[in-house]
Amino acid sequence: MKTLKTIMASAVAMSLALGGSAMAEGAKIGMITTLSGGGAGLGVDVRDGFMLAIEQAGRDDVEVVIEDDAQKPELAVQIADKMIQSEKVDILTGIIWSNLAMAVVPSAVAQGKIYVSPNAGPSALAGKGCNANYFNVAWQNDNLHEAMGAYANVAEYTNTFILAPNYPAGQDALNGFKREYRGQLAGEVFTKLGATDYAAEIAQIRDSGADSVFFFLPGGMGIAFMKQYAASGVDLPVMGPAFSFDQGILGAVGDAALGVRNSSQWSKDIDNETNNAFVASFQEKYDRLPSLYASQGFDAANLILSALDKADVKDTEAFSAALKEADFKSTRGDFKFGNNNHPIQDIYVREVVKEGDVLTNKILGLALTDHQDAYAVDCPLQ
Amino acid sequence: MSTTLLFEQLLNGLQYGVTLFLMAAGLTLVFGVMGLINLAHGSLYMIGAFACAAVAAATGSFWLGLVASIVAAGFAGVLIEMFVIRRLYDRDHLDQVLATFALILILSEGCRMVFGSFPLYLDAPGFLAGPVTLFGGFQYSAYRLAIILVGGLVALGLYLLITKTRLGIRIRAGEADREMIAALGVNIATLYTIVFAIGAALAGFAGAMMGAIQSVQVGMGEPVLILAFVVIVIGGIGSIKGALIGSILVGVVDTLGRVTLPGFFNLFMDTAAANSVGAALSSMSIYVLMAVILIFKPEGLVSNNA
Repeated sequence: MKTLKTIMASAVAMSLALGGSAMAEGAKIGMITTLSGGGAGLGVDVRDGFMLAIEQAGRDDVEVVIEDDAQKPELAVQIADKMIQSEKVDILTGIIWSNLAMAVVPSAVAQGKIYVSPNAGPSALAGKGCNANYFNVAWQNDNLHEAMGAYANVAEYTNTFILAPNYPAGQDALNGFKREYRGQLAGEVFTKLGATDYAAEIAQIRDSGADSVFFFLPGGMGIAFMKQYAASGVDLPVMGPAFSFDQGILGAVGDAALGVRNSSQWSKDIDNETNNAFVASFQEKYDRLPSLYASQGFDAANLILSALDKADVKDTEAFSAALKEADFKSTRGDFKFGNNNHPIQDIYVREVVKEGDVLTNKILGLALTDHQDAYAVDCPLQ
Repeated sequence: MSTTLLFEQLLNGLQYGVTLFLMAAGLTLVFGVMGLINLAHGSLYMIGAFACAAVAAATGSFWLGLVASIVAAGFAGVLIEMFVIRRLYDRDHLDQVLATFALILILSEGCRMVFGSFPLYLDAPGFLAGPVTLFGGFQYSAYRLAIILVGGLVALGLYLLITKTRLGIRIRAGEADREMIAALGVNIATLYTIVFAIGAALAGFAGAMMGAIQSVQVGMGEPVLILAFVVIVIGGIGSIKGALIGSILVGVVDTLGRVTLPGFFNLFMDTAAANSVGAALSSMSIYVLMAVILIFKPEGLVSNNA
């Protein structure tokens, strides 16, 4: 009996080894993303965009394993361990939230895995903590806020009231805005993370004599703020990063969002062949408009596919060099990586408009051209 | 800070407190009468908001949505009581917490399966959507004033229900000695179902009201649930009057803390540090309040056993 087991085990091992070499071109990708709970909309969009690209590539040798992290860091770590150790994935991707990325990415890249981030871009992974195996295809967290600060100068706002939740990404946001903005601050407020009532802050805005408002309140917080702001009668111009005005959220905010200026590295009306095809095929397959998260998922998949054409995923060094070339057609048009494997890209200002009955965004112009994050100089990579 | 701003913030605090009361009233009733810790109370809040948003979207009427929220949450309450909660009365609190926590997960994901992952649209009815001008020329959201008014009416209604009706007498009797009223021929099972349904309907109603100025999304009930627990602990578990006092206290302290603490620390710190310390401490303010009250009144402000 024992002999039989040994024989079978060695047979299995041999077939695995053979299978492994026969599939050298292929790859196993592990996607950890948020598919349940309040933040699920973002993860669903990233997943759908990603899978659309994989499907369009028509490659049978690329396998994607998808798991839900429920927006919990401890769960994300468990899933990453499982994917690396028992599922033997080559590449990890998918995480939406910076705190989850910080829990998973450093240990995954230390184990020699490639990580391609379709969303979270914490500053800790862009500066001194950058890694040759970590790529961010979306943005460094500060980027969209910096673009809004630059826009505030162009719009000649001189007394802006700024607010964000009191957690690392919120502090990054206000720092990013202040890095580019040259006017005065009418007020700077940190709200409680997850707060749903902004009456007190709106009263402060009214009282502050500000000429404009900048806010970073992702997800439901932004929906609550915009509705309450509209009902309060304060009519100062509002601006923010795209996260509070993406396609998944606009429907819930309603007309209160009309006319709001927001910054994004992607918009559905960027006119290039890849983007037009992406918007049309996404709409056809999922029966809704894509959001910036969906475009990031789509770009992440195409980036990985482009590298698979050039190098064997088992050869980590060659593969990450192939990734760094960023030789794929991005939905954003021009796209390249900086020394720290974060994007150098244009960032646009958009306005919320109504097309028929549907609220969506329209590009007004460029806020920043070929923009690179402020942390790249601290990164030792070339 | 100007007097108008202070007054506006007090009004904001009152409005926040009134909303908390709608949640806390149901929670304290269920805990007081049935001795049950119901973590799924926040899910009933969510069910109310989703029912209101769905019906308002289908019919175009916020008011029909509001009715639907009460009916849907009340009905869900009856089902939950009959199929799950009823088995838990004789078990200890840990079992109740486990079972009702499971209900949160089931209801949240159920909601997501039915309505999708994206937040729903729900807005206040047209004539309440804008601001109104109060005395002294200061503007205040009409909808928030309406919430204060409705919350006050609900509090009055509950007071009359508990003190003036036969059902109220039974509820109070059930709180005092459940075996005795069962012995006196009151159908305790039906009474519990009714109490649970009332609590659920109140939570659903609160969810619909708040849904119009917040985001209607999965998991929206849990943050409110935590605050509602703080309120009933401060107010005295089982007491509606305590819940009212507790919720207004929490609403006002939280609002004023958010507004005044960063300014206070700015007196002796630079602005950036003051903002972050102020924000951190203000999110603790209600828990500090709870701790202080419990030191002096371990059973809460209004104690039933006194």
